Amino acid sequence: MKPIAGAGWLTLLYKELLRFRKVSFQTVLAPVLTALLYLLIFSHVLESNVSVFGGKVSYTAFLVPGLVMMSVLQNAFANTSSSLMQSKMNGNLIFILLPPMSPLELFGAYVVGAMVRGLVVGLGVFAVTLFFVPSMLALPHPMWALGFALLGSAILGTLGLVAAIWADKFDQIAAFQNFIIVPLTFLSGVFYSIHSLPPFFQQLSHANPFFYMIDGFRYGFFGLSDVAPATSLAIVAACALLLSAITLAILKSGWKLRH
Amino acid sequence: MSIAVEVVDVARRFGRVQALDGVSLTVAEGEFFGLLGPNGAGKTTLISILAGLTRADRGTARILGHDVVAAYRASRRALGVVPQELVFDPFFTVRETLEIQSGYFGIRDNGRWIDEILHHLDLVSKADANMRSLSGGMKRRVLVGQALVHKPPVIVLDEPTAGVDVELRQSLWRFIRKLNHDGHTIILTTHYLEEAEALCGRIAMLKAGKVVALDTKQNLLSRFAGLTVRLVAARVPAAWQARVLRQDAGIFFIGLDHYAELEALLAALRAEGIAIEELALSETDLEQVFLRIMAAGGVEPAPHALAQ
Repeated sequence: MKPIAGAGWLTLLYKELLRFRKVSFQTVLAPVLTALLYLLIFSHVLESNVSVFGGKVSYTAFLVPGLVMMSVLQNAFANTSSSLMQSKMNGNLIFILLPPMSPLELFGAYVVGAMVRGLVVGLGVFAVTLFFVPSMLALPHPMWALGFALLGSAILGTLGLVAAIWADKFDQIAAFQNFIIVPLTFLSGVFYSIHSLPPFFQQLSHANPFFYMIDGFRYGFFGLSDVAPATSLAIVAACALLLSAITLAILKSGWKLRH
Repeated sequence: MSIAVEVVDVARRFGRVQALDGVSLTVAEGEFFGLLGPNGAGKTTLISILAGLTRADRGTARILGHDVVAAYRASRRALGVVPQELVFDPFFTVRETLEIQSGYFGIRDNGRWIDEILHHLDLVSKADANMRSLSGGMKRRVLVGQALVHKPPVIVLDEPTAGVDVELRQSLWRFIRKLNHDGHTIILTTHYLEEAEALCGRIAMLKAGKVVALDTKQNLLSRFAGLTVRLVAARVPAAWQARVLRQDAGIFFIGLDHYAELEALLAALRAEGIAIEELALSETDLEQVFLRIMAAGGVEPAPHALAQ
């Protein structure tokens, strides 16, 4: 039983995956159902009233990648924030703080766990929506879509980690989610193309990093986007790097975790 | 013999509370060491610093020579901690909990040792039960198991028997004694002074963040050789007020240096016309030593105790 240096994070990742799998009804099925409801209601109400990409794409088809990406992002955030927050509140975080794991190992395990949860839910949403829009299966640029899904889930997983480190109460996690994550996702073009907005709000949308995640992800499905996908990728990757560096520094300092 | 734990001039302040105020002590490999003190004396803070859960404002701590900050991987691998709080992860079974904890230390295929832990802690029948379904005593056993999954040479137990029934306490101590016998260094904090007296070879007493006594158990007991009178009466003779160690609703504990002093105490009681309702005499035990040291504000650690 010789210890393998640096292998602790794989166990922490396994624990993170086991955790959401054990409550998959709530962590996977519920968000898939929510996304499905959005699709049914919005496409029913708006299909004939909204024109996107100059009419080249039907509104329901336009909505699918937005909903998939929104599910990926929200679930990645939910995974790290609720897992770490529960560990903090239950006091069992000590089991993770006592072993010889580095800040990078903790970060890697939590964030990869969140990415897996986000992608699993995203795939679930995509699979269900195929019943309604089977033509979506013809992804012209799947690697672009995957790249944005990976980076977006990593960013949101990291934000969830930061929120849970910072928060002292579940209320504060809910506030972070309701006042920051949800508005930024809803205003990022999940439900509309920003070209349909007045110029002022179009400009404002460019300041929202979530916009680039969703716009780039959508490019993978249609080969069409509001911004060039390489530009979006560069912006999203820069955000991911910056946020990771900040989070690693927080973990290294022991702020709120190692008093 | 080499040094298992070395703490040099460690201080830590939380807001306005000086939790630790220049604590220094060493524990040799293979020792069974007791860390005693009233609530708030700094015991748990000291343990947290050893475990890397808390950082010291100044001073250094080493486990088997590894600095707990600079060489945290090696120091944490050498240390097993049983925390005071009864914490658990409600998502997992007992076996999953131990396997996961083992994996955190980078150890796979640890089934045989985990089986042995389950056996010694009498948890075999609960191995596949969810943590939520266990009683408090059972959860405590799992905490002990989690601290041992990586076979740490140094084991710290922070109040391990708080709220644990007598039977488990006995089996727990048998197991810890066996581990100590097998060469593990044990550091124990407990509120049950008879436990410390029965188990520990050397003892440090903390008060308000300072070490007020550090010596072998024998030296501590012999330093305060003497007797304690347990007296139930309306009051204590005026001249004996200063000798009262502890007072508890009409029960007075009075320290005597030798039997001859008993005569003087009885005479004083008679002279002041105080009726004795009950009187009992006992040899000094660790509890009385503890009370005397805490009342006196501490004795300087004997030089030979520090050199050990």
